[in-house]
Amino acid sequence: MRNKYALGGIFLYVIATVYTSYLSFKNIIHPATWNALFWIIMLFAAINAISKSFVQDSNGRQLYYYTILKPQTVILSKMVYNAILMVFMSLLCFAFYSVFINYLVQNLPMFLLSLLLGSIGFSSILTMVSAIAAKTNGNFSMMAILSFPMLIPFLITLIKVSKLAVDGIDNSVCYPYLLVLILINIVVVGLSYILFPYLWQD
Amino acid sequence: MANLKWWKIAAIVLVLYTIIAGFLMPVPTLPILHESIRNLYFHVTMWFAMIIILAVSVVHGVKFLSKGQRYNDIVSSEAAKVGILLGILGTTTGSLWANNTWGAWWVNDAKLNGAAISLLFYFAYLILRSALPDEDKRARVSAIYNIFAFTMMLVFIGVLPRMTDSLHPGNGGNPGFGGYDLDGNMKMIFYPAIIGWSLLAVWILSLRVGFKVLVEKIQNN
Repeated sequence: MRNKYALGGIFLYVIATVYTSYLSFKNIIHPATWNALFWIIMLFAAINAISKSFVQDSNGRQLYYYTILKPQTVILSKMVYNAILMVFMSLLCFAFYSVFINYLVQNLPMFLLSLLLGSIGFSSILTMVSAIAAKTNGNFSMMAILSFPMLIPFLITLIKVSKLAVDGIDNSVCYPYLLVLILINIVVVGLSYILFPYLWQD
Repeated sequence: MANLKWWKIAAIVLVLYTIIAGFLMPVPTLPILHESIRNLYFHVTMWFAMIIILAVSVVHGVKFLSKGQRYNDIVSSEAAKVGILLGILGTTTGSLWANNTWGAWWVNDAKLNGAAISLLFYFAYLILRSALPDEDKRARVSAIYNIFAFTMMLVFIGVLPRMTDSLHPGNGGNPGFGGYDLDGNMKMIFYPAIIGWSLLAVWILSLRVGFKVLVEKIQNN
């Protein structure tokens, strides 16, 4: 593992944020608030974790990748890596959040599914945006500006479906929202696959 | 008038027709809406024109990526700016209408969120452009973001509003305008209005592109 400290830093960030929320809220019994706070923590953790995926590579390493790999391979592998990272991070965040804040989920499989789709979506959107933002010389605010328009609708859908899961609503009500999440994922990954080679060529 | 192209004359005629007939022709009397239904000719048409202009922007973005012509980048960025102008006009007219009929300047509605997010996308696009000093890199990176923005915008305004309740006609069980209250008289103004405002937007775009091309020519000499 090349950057163990980065990985540890992200996990610590999540835990610290959850603990801060615990100290400020003590206990949340209102499901909508519980759900919204969880996803906002996840959102900022994801931005923190993924925003550096291109900036952290030195020029030398980028050149090395450039000579031996196809650009599609680079973007897809970064997306897969970030997706795995996000899945672990979301599970950890969920566990800590349940212990410290509260556990209100009534339909756990659906909630976990939304967690999975959310992690994959965060990873694909943010990986591509970080590739774009890296072209502006690692400007962090650029990352937020460029990604928020894409993330907000995704996050709203995610919050809706996970709220249904928290309330224990029947699965069939959740399916349309899951379809939208999958659709957005497919669109983002597809576009990144087509467009990344143009971004990579310099 | 003699040296104006036919479509510019058409734009003048259709927009004048929209404004005059839009305010004077009879409209169906409906509860709540009353005379504010005339806003249909201005509010809804702005969104049609915006989508058309942003489609022009993304088409030229794709062209730039495949051919690398400087001209395509100019058209693409100027079209995005005109699209933002139309988006702001559409939001403003919509806000006035909302205040009259729904009782608030802004409501939490899927379509309003979609419009706000589309505007955010294109503001981000402009900021991205200003953050890239190198011309070729700026054109390439912003074209990529443009394609992203347009595709995602289609998903967000095409799919998401259909899934939730909306105060707008045609969503969440509300019948569409075409269903019952857009009578023949209104269609006679509404369809020409769409064409008129879109042509006017294309005209603004062609002026801005011509200006930009001239500025570049002077700078390069």
